[in-house]
Amino acid sequence: MPRYYTDEHEWIDVEDDVATVGITDYAQGQLGDIVFVELPEVGAMIEQGKDAAVVESVKAASDVYAPITGEVTEVNPALEEDPALVNSSPEEDGWFFKMTIAAEAELDALMDEDAYKAFVESL
Amino acid sequence: MSDHDTDEQLEDLPLDALPLDAWHRARGARMVPFAGYEMPIQYEGIVAEHNWTRESAGLFDVSHMGQLLLDGPDLDAAVEAILPIDLSTLRFGHQRYSLLLDEEGGVLDDLMVSRWMHSLYLVVNGATKWDDIATLREALPDDITLNHMDDYALLALQGPKAVDALARHVPEVTDLTFMKFAPVTIAGHRATVARAGYTGEDGFEISLPAEAAAEVADLLCAEPEVKPIGLGARDSLRLEAGLPLYGHDMTPETSPIEAGLTFGINKRRRTEGGFPGADRIIREIAEGTARKWVGLKLEGRLPAREGAEVFVGADKIGTVTSGGFSPTLGAPIAMAYVASAHAAPGTQLEVEVRGKRLAATVTPTPFVPHRYFRGS
Repeated sequence: MPRYYTDEHEWIDVEDDVATVGITDYAQGQLGDIVFVELPEVGAMIEQGKDAAVVESVKAASDVYAPITGEVTEVNPALEEDPALVNSSPEEDGWFFKMTIAAEAELDALMDEDAYKAFVESL
Repeated sequence: MSDHDTDEQLEDLPLDALPLDAWHRARGARMVPFAGYEMPIQYEGIVAEHNWTRESAGLFDVSHMGQLLLDGPDLDAAVEAILPIDLSTLRFGHQRYSLLLDEEGGVLDDLMVSRWMHSLYLVVNGATKWDDIATLREALPDDITLNHMDDYALLALQGPKAVDALARHVPEVTDLTFMKFAPVTIAGHRATVARAGYTGEDGFEISLPAEAAAEVADLLCAEPEVKPIGLGARDSLRLEAGLPLYGHDMTPETSPIEAGLTFGINKRRRTEGGFPGADRIIREIAEGTARKWVGLKLEGRLPAREGAEVFVGADKIGTVTSGGFSPTLGAPIAMAYVASAHAAPGTQLEVEVRGKRLAATVTPTPFVPHRYFRGS
């Protein structure tokens, strides 16, 4: 299953025509203790680069952008009960939402794992 | 992903290094720009550091704050013309909270005033210290000297076990009670220790020469009770303690009476006046204010941040000035200015966050009880 990354620290897993979205381990480390995640509505159309979710840490609120354009098909119910899953398992159990892929070409502009690793090291 | 909250990011000023800059970095602190300096925001994480301070003792570097020493003839009268403090009752070894006000009674800063032998020692906020120094120099007579002690560091050791850790090196600190200070020697360095701080916990502020700061910080952090703590936890601790933060909960647009800081206007001065903004302040003490600063507890887990609007039905009746998630209570808390008619504890209000209305209840502060040591 191919995984892509944005330079805003979202990750996206693509399986057939569904994408799963979350934030990276680097991002959760920067945010610190996460106390609330505001997720998009199922059925919402979101556009690449636009606000899709909000992560609240003890200190601050941060936007999470949509890595691609598509329709939200599912949100992670576990985050409502336990927002700290984003800290403990950011790239697996702490996923945010699933969405359709409206334009596959948008994926080409994203980074693969090696490129993202190099990007983080450059920060 | 991008941060909404940029309150620790100042404009592009050149950043100075604090005396403990290398010390923080060596201990893995994440450094951020704040008040013109690179400051440690956190080490292992805000919640862990917050809880450690509430349960044990945390060492905070607050060297960005301004330490000022005033000296000269008729010093008390000169300072009373500027601050609403009663210096006739401030004895050597005692410290008092005061306010720097503008002519309209707006708050320019809040500060601590201590009486040394023939001098007054002031601690002012880091973000405002250059303006404060300019205001004081302008207002003070020429024969009063103002020494900015910029070759001094300020460390705050806060938490219920702070006294145990510090007393191993400075036994006499056990004799101090809240808002008292003493000159001491720590690891061979002359320092001043005040029993005070901004977390709501028992604890101390240690003023010492900058070149001694790393050695003393190492000494304290070698104690099993003590860990270094960043500014992130300092902010969540002071929010739980219901203590106002300059630039957020009080500004030149707010009066100290609205901000619940009437205690900062000493009794004699309330009748005599003779300080900047006295007419407004004395009138507001007598007649009340149209709005008041209150604590809010929010339902759910979503925090309301500074700037969130407060409603009763369709009517906007206030604005949040500080807000976050309380690690101790496990719930969001906030402080806000609201119309005085809606300021009584228990009043049900709503706070709007990104278009959502959250139920909020006006709550007495502190949210977490203070544990200052006032004597046994």
